[in-house]
Amino acid sequence: MNALAGTRRMVRLALRRDRFVLTFWVLSLTVFLATTTHMSVTGLPTPRDVVTETQFMAANPGMRLMSLSAGASVGAYAMSRSYLTLAILAAVMSALAVVRHTRQSEERGRDEFLRAGVVGPSASLAAAVTVALGANLVLAPLLSLAMIANGQPVAGSFAAGAAIAAVGVAFTGVAAVASQLSSTARGANGLAMAALAVAFVVSGVGNMLGGVDKSGVVAFSAWPTWLSPIGWGFEMRPFGGDRWWLLALSGAFAAVLVAAAGSYAARRDLGRGVLPVQTGRAQASRGLLRPIGLAWRLQRSTFLAWLVGLLGFGLIFGSVTDSVTTAEGSMREWYLKMGGTSDMLDAFITSFVEMAGMMVAIYAVQVLLRMREEEVRGRLEPVLAGAVTRPRWVMGYIVTVALGAVVLLVAFAAGLALTAGLVMGDTTGLLRDVTGAALAQLPAVLVVAAAVVAVFALLPRRATTVSWLLLAAFVLLSPVFGLSLGLPQWVLDLSPFAYQKAPAQAIGVVSIGVLLAIAVALVAAGLATFRRRDLVTG
Amino acid sequence: MTKAIAVDGLVKSFAKTLALDHLDLAVGAGEVHGYLGPNGAGKTTTLRILLGLLHKDDGGASVLGLDPWRDVAALHRRLAFVPGDVSLWPNLTGGEVIDLLGALRGGLDRSRRASLIERFQLDPTKKCRAYSKGNRQKVALVAAFASDVELYLLDEPTSGLDPLMMSVFQDVVREAHVAGRTVLLSSHILSEVEALCDHLTIIRAGRTADSGPLEELRHLTRTTVVVETAEPTEGLAKLPGVHDASINSTRAELSVDDDELNHVLEHLVTLDVRALTTSPPTLEELFLRHYKDAAVDEPQARPEETA
Repeated sequence: MNALAGTRRMVRLALRRDRFVLTFWVLSLTVFLATTTHMSVTGLPTPRDVVTETQFMAANPGMRLMSLSAGASVGAYAMSRSYLTLAILAAVMSALAVVRHTRQSEERGRDEFLRAGVVGPSASLAAAVTVALGANLVLAPLLSLAMIANGQPVAGSFAAGAAIAAVGVAFTGVAAVASQLSSTARGANGLAMAALAVAFVVSGVGNMLGGVDKSGVVAFSAWPTWLSPIGWGFEMRPFGGDRWWLLALSGAFAAVLVAAAGSYAARRDLGRGVLPVQTGRAQASRGLLRPIGLAWRLQRSTFLAWLVGLLGFGLIFGSVTDSVTTAEGSMREWYLKMGGTSDMLDAFITSFVEMAGMMVAIYAVQVLLRMREEEVRGRLEPVLAGAVTRPRWVMGYIVTVALGAVVLLVAFAAGLALTAGLVMGDTTGLLRDVTGAALAQLPAVLVVAAAVVAVFALLPRRATTVSWLLLAAFVLLSPVFGLSLGLPQWVLDLSPFAYQKAPAQAIGVVSIGVLLAIAVALVAAGLATFRRRDLVTG
Repeated sequence: MTKAIAVDGLVKSFAKTLALDHLDLAVGAGEVHGYLGPNGAGKTTTLRILLGLLHKDDGGASVLGLDPWRDVAALHRRLAFVPGDVSLWPNLTGGEVIDLLGALRGGLDRSRRASLIERFQLDPTKKCRAYSKGNRQKVALVAAFASDVELYLLDEPTSGLDPLMMSVFQDVVREAHVAGRTVLLSSHILSEVEALCDHLTIIRAGRTADSGPLEELRHLTRTTVVVETAEPTEGLAKLPGVHDASINSTRAELSVDDDELNHVLEHLVTLDVRALTTSPPTLEELFLRHYKDAAVDEPQARPEETA
């Protein structure tokens, strides 16, 4: 077939380009599942623990948004905890791989080169799909082995690996279509991610509308779950039915989408997509015409994604507060120890306020590292060639990140207080307390942000690596994760996240002052250094 | 004449390489000054130092009488820059980038913006990710020339433009020249430099190889002479100041050192000239001569690089 000429060579090219990326993806997912399964095994020592925890997972609608319990077993519980995350990651891995080898190569002009050789119009799509499917075929047994190694039943473990990889297969098909719809890589990735978000919401709502059977440990879904590829994986019920025939549904879904994408690819012009190319304003709005306006514009979509994420995070965990307060056993002990209080509700909210603070810190690092990207890509040069001083340019980023962090923390607090208020009552009181507690995380976020500015100024070539490592260390040492590490207190105190435990405890005013002073000092040092250094593009 | 750019003994080195080695560059106010050199000669490094993006290691550099490192904001209000490899924000439109870059420099002239967009045939509503290299370059050119500034720093500004757009660019530079603006044009395209520039600096391996008004530089070189005579021309090759002679009985093609031109012509007259054409040296010949020489004396000139 002419349209597919050269596919084999294109597959080899794609494998060569992806040998590290896909290996890293597959191994990371495997290690993730091995770790969470191990945590489930050690966290549920007695059959009684398994039943209690599974009942909580199965009966709570908030938990069902993310899981569909298949029964009272450690394997089924581990799936309830990890399936959704792994399914989403497998879908992201597959979609990125497909777009990388189709629309991205085309947009960057590489396909033009390749197609000048003996390469058919559908070859790059066929190669991309082959490689993505191959990655999922490797992923499935490795995931199964991760569970078998933790002593889980063999049949259930293989069903679990297949259920997750099947989502990757389905989204290989989705990305194949997305790469033909949009004429840009960014647009294609955006479409695939939007489809993934819809699949998540549809299956989540289906699960929530379902319920729990008489045993109290097996959840069932409502019809919307069956409309989503993520839902098919839920319904496969690893460790509680192992409905293998659902794999055929994912396979057929992917096959239809790939065939449609392939037939369009064979007929269309190079560079064309189904959707029209977006145009924009011929003139800039007044807001854009300052360094701070540009900084905001460049991070706007990132910020909006985080806003939706943190609001949703608050809404989901606010809705499960009532069932948490009655939790017993090891879970209860952990929360009370972490919060340093005897009030379970306060301890629970504190742990999520801490996590929200750390998520906002991730947002801050992500946006501030754009400064380095602007420098490397040569886009800082024309800005500084204008009448813009370097401190003014950096301050544009710092101010937008600080304001963005405030809005994100408040959005999270409002979401959590709203749904917690619905199930627990006293929305106003919760709103006041949680908003205060969330804003008390701001100084820690600002310390992280200021550290990124200093690193960017001092070590431009290492800025990205050092910034993320620093954040990872701070997160690891924070009360939420550091408690079980058995490190001395002074080491844990190195994390800026170690100092606020509101609402479990009163907001510490002294630590706010100290953290803000550190942030100001780091920014001042960063600005002074950045004024003096050369621009480094390499 | 006052100097728009005065660079004196400028030195800049990166980790192991010496990028600028006591470079001198003098651009008078109102000049259109060509800045020539092969890849890696240090042209872009020079411009980045003049923009205060890189720190100089040694020597002096002043732009419009100001220190490019210290007086960033004051200086950049008075100049505009076009990079050679234009990188733009993929999610902004061309129109937005033009306004942004103009505003960051202290404003631009709306009617000039409109007329430049028209002349360069640019669609300002397209996102920058959709622009080709030439179109990205047009965005940078419109942004620069829509601002009324004293100095334009152009780093290979036409490398992606088609011939039609190149001629629009040349018109725009000429208009700036007539309006008394100063232009420093770093370029590879010799015909463009020849068409636009009145002054020239040639840089080689970080040093100034030659500098001065274009006409003067030409006179330091050779004229090409093509002659047909009645008598055989064999003896011509032996005359002082004659180079690269190709002689075919009554027809000869030679290059002649300008200060020996009179003697050679006197000799030609004795051979009974039938046809004679002389042409001044092209910039290309000038340019190539500097680099052929460079290739020979490079090892002696740059011992620090062999270490």
